[in-house]
Amino acid sequence: MNTLTGRSDRRAGFPSVARLAVISTLAMLAACERPPVDVVQGGYRGTGMVTLINPRMDALQAPNNRVPPPLPAAPTAGPLAGSVYKNVQVLKDLNIAQFARVMVAMTQWVAPPDQSCGYCHSVANMASDQRYTKVVARRMLQMVRHINSDWKSHVGATGVTCYTCHRGHVVPQQVWFESPGESAGGGMTAANPDLYSPLATIGGSSLPYDPFTPYLLHAMPIRVNSTGALPDGNRSSIQQTETTYALMMHMSTALGVNCDYCHNTRSTPIWSTSTPKRVTAWYGIRMARELNVDYMTPLTATFPTARRGVLGDVAKIDCATCHQGIFKPLYGVSMAKDYPELEGTMTPPAPAATPAASAGSAPSGASGGATTR
Amino acid sequence: MAMLSFERKYRVRGGTLLGGDLFDFWVGPFYVGFFGVTAAFFAILGTLLIIWGAALGPTWNIWQISIAPPDIKYGLRFAPLAAGGLWQLITICAVGSFVSWALREVEICRKLGIGYHVPAAFGMAIFAYVSLNVIRPLLMGAWGVGFPYGIFSHLDWVSNTGYQYLSFHYNPAHMIAVSFFFATTFALSLHGGLILSAANPPRGGTVKSVEEENTYFRDAIGYSIGSLGIHRLGLFLAVSAVFFSAVCILLSGPFWTHGWPSWWGWWLNLPIWH
Repeated sequence: MNTLTGRSDRRAGFPSVARLAVISTLAMLAACERPPVDVVQGGYRGTGMVTLINPRMDALQAPNNRVPPPLPAAPTAGPLAGSVYKNVQVLKDLNIAQFARVMVAMTQWVAPPDQSCGYCHSVANMASDQRYTKVVARRMLQMVRHINSDWKSHVGATGVTCYTCHRGHVVPQQVWFESPGESAGGGMTAANPDLYSPLATIGGSSLPYDPFTPYLLHAMPIRVNSTGALPDGNRSSIQQTETTYALMMHMSTALGVNCDYCHNTRSTPIWSTSTPKRVTAWYGIRMARELNVDYMTPLTATFPTARRGVLGDVAKIDCATCHQGIFKPLYGVSMAKDYPELEGTMTPPAPAATPAASAGSAPSGASGGATTR
Repeated sequence: MAMLSFERKYRVRGGTLLGGDLFDFWVGPFYVGFFGVTAAFFAILGTLLIIWGAALGPTWNIWQISIAPPDIKYGLRFAPLAAGGLWQLITICAVGSFVSWALREVEICRKLGIGYHVPAAFGMAIFAYVSLNVIRPLLMGAWGVGFPYGIFSHLDWVSNTGYQYLSFHYNPAHMIAVSFFFATTFALSLHGGLILSAANPPRGGTVKSVEEENTYFRDAIGYSIGSLGIHRLGLFLAVSAVFFSAVCILLSGPFWTHGWPSWWGWWLNLPIWH
């Protein structure tokens, strides 16, 4: 700007600044949403603990979260499947009508329509374990019953079914594999591009993109906060902290909520000012970890290479596997109540097994209680 | 109240926006005017309402007193006094006193025949406050999203409201605002340092002039914005910082309900590298 020409030029200067501000504001808005939004209060008034929902974007998620109509209930009487069919290892406590109902449901929930029963079963011999998919499905049935029986601390009375994760796909849409990392370009600028990549699984934040291996497969400490204002011997590193944040970003994104859904961020570690949902989430982390260790990892060799990750590991569970962007999977509609066959508590023929009933305790053996029921 | 000998000539009649000659007088050094009366009215009433709210609350600890906005369920309606209604009245008083103060500044400007730069700049600060506790609640449909009136509690609100968007540092307008805040303090420190360096000669020396000031920056960075220009720049930087602060919170909620990190998807998905 020419400072010599004085007044008229100065007059022209301010509108151009204002124009720039307006244009940049409009540019930002173009990548944004619009009101009205739904505000859900999650804490005492004025604390800012609210969850925001854009009803128009929420509506886009509705088709993926529509619960298929339940199959007609099966009669409770009848010969047990275990005594009628061969090689029934998990659902032998069901009568044959209930057994058939679960098979039909699984076909609808998981198997491709053009393959139906044949996706898992050798049609020539339904009892055969020839197809790997049947071996996997058996283990998954055990897992579902284990979750519904022993993880009420996380799934509550809602429970889960195959559909909670599968949603009509043979492999749930949101699973994770261990990552080999990207090859670094080298030089000064290659500051761990493999560790810090803005993936959608961590909300697009520039944080370590694999918070799953340390926390949902291994049991690395998540709560790395110091508990006092002064140095207290806490040696947790910045990177550990960032990895914790990455897990939190994942949980937020997977549930479609923000940090305030569980925490009062004036002090994130304090339980007494956190919301009760944080307790549910705490159990959820342990549930996902246990399922990955006890159910998914042992199936690694069962899966063909094409179903495994780059490093040959099995597909594993994170929060998004069930939640798929919703704070309660399928908006909290309980499918499991329509499928008591998946509770693992039906018509107990002989109460011999003593399940580890204390949900949330240290994981019991890999297959202990669940297989016997 | 003592008055400097040359001040009396500035105590001129007129320039009022409202009230004519009725309030056109001074109390000691202070010009009153119609808006001085309304500013005092709203400020005193608002303060008394805060004290009332504190009396209803659990503590007299000055750090912990908090007058919270209503629950979200009240939407844009009036809430009972003890359940956020006080907050609503205090907000009205705050806006009333801030705007009164700005208009009183305008009247003083008119008396002196100077520009309205000071009330305009103060107006930007008022806009930031109004954005937080009036415009954004209106856009989001609930007074409950406003911040509480308390020293610690409003900081907790800032924390939680930032974490509503996972990481507020990814908010593009927040980035611009923070940059302007840094720039305005940087410019002010350079300017303050320059003036002091020229105006504080060694014992026995003479005060240096604008020539030395301009030459210093021409020698250092090849350009001096000049003694008037630095004030234009300072006003621009400071007002921009506040403007983009208001923008960054108005975007958050009404125009963005997700984590701010994911807003940058448009950048990550640019076809150049996607």
